[in-house]
Amino acid sequence: MSDLNETAVDPTEQRAAARDATNWAKAVSKLKVSDVPEGATNLNVTGKRLAGPIQGFGKMWQKTYQVRLPREQVSATDLIATWKQRFPDFWPEGNRFYAPLTGIEPGEVALLNVTLPGRMKLSTGVMVLYADEESFTLMTPQGHMFAGWITFSATERDGKTVAQAQVLMRASDPIFELGLVLGGHKQEDRFWNHTLSAVAAAFDVPDAPVDTRVTCVDKRRQWSRWGNVWHSSAIRSSVYMLGAPARGVRGLAQRGRPVG
Amino acid sequence: MTEATATFVVRRHGPASVVDIKGDVTSGSEEVLMSAYDDTGDAKAIVLNFSELSYMNSGGIGLLVTLLVRANRHSQQLLAYGLSDHYRQIFELTRLDEAVGIHDTEQSALSAAGAGTAER
Repeated sequence: MSDLNETAVDPTEQRAAARDATNWAKAVSKLKVSDVPEGATNLNVTGKRLAGPIQGFGKMWQKTYQVRLPREQVSATDLIATWKQRFPDFWPEGNRFYAPLTGIEPGEVALLNVTLPGRMKLSTGVMVLYADEESFTLMTPQGHMFAGWITFSATERDGKTVAQAQVLMRASDPIFELGLVLGGHKQEDRFWNHTLSAVAAAFDVPDAPVDTRVTCVDKRRQWSRWGNVWHSSAIRSSVYMLGAPARGVRGLAQRGRPVG
Repeated sequence: MTEATATFVVRRHGPASVVDIKGDVTSGSEEVLMSAYDDTGDAKAIVLNFSELSYMNSGGIGLLVTLLVRANRHSQQLLAYGLSDHYRQIFELTRLDEAVGIHDTEQSALSAAGAGTAER
């Protein structure tokens, strides 16, 4: 009897443990891309560690973008289900999010090809850190433009369903920090405004205004992190692009070589 | 998601303040957590007690980063104890463990904070 009492598990604790296991990604030391979708460039992701706001270089920012939709149009859980399923469709043109084949699930890694100011192309990725029915969070790897995470969530308030994207980040290195100052912040605001508008349009509210709130959480730059530039996906993507002609010639030569 | 579902009770131990966390920590806990932080006053170290934590989502982890920034700004150490194996892993995954000192017991955390003998 006493054994039974000792092994009995509180149902609330059981539920919490189940949520823990289901919603959070498992611990990983380095990222691995299991399947590379067609057309995606798997660069700057495999072998990289995750990097949160603590590991970044620049000032820390919290940026919140919100759009309000009529509750009768969509519930919070339906909105998040759609957002997860159609995540790449809501991105602005010129940027590609290659969703994992299994979808937005904790621990899955997605590849990104992003266009930066000056039409520069950058290849990086994100890992799904957390996902439940009302939110999901993507975390960046070393070398990404910023170190941090983005949480997409939906809540129901005053007859409205509020869709939100909240970024908590620092620029990864001094080059990206400079880029943010020289127009990067504005571009990011445009990016997430477009995304939220596209989400609203998917629920037949194409003209819903997007509310933007930007807070500088920490004005200090972490100069001890300047060395993050070594992992810079911008530099590595540029080097990769410069090597494209040589790789093309090598590929042609190999194709022309007789087999055996 | 926006409602506070956690309580934060502050206890003073010499130069450190212990914050007992109970319930679900989500982004909705921001106001109560920051109010608890204000109650820690001039403590040199903030010790977070997670032993009564039921659940924490990514919004909750985000709040801890904000708390860490505030503590750093005031030259305060941030420490934690009572984390389950699961949340220790989450601290490692999010690399919060690089900035928050993690301990097994309150005594160990208080010793690290220079408040080894409990004073009230």
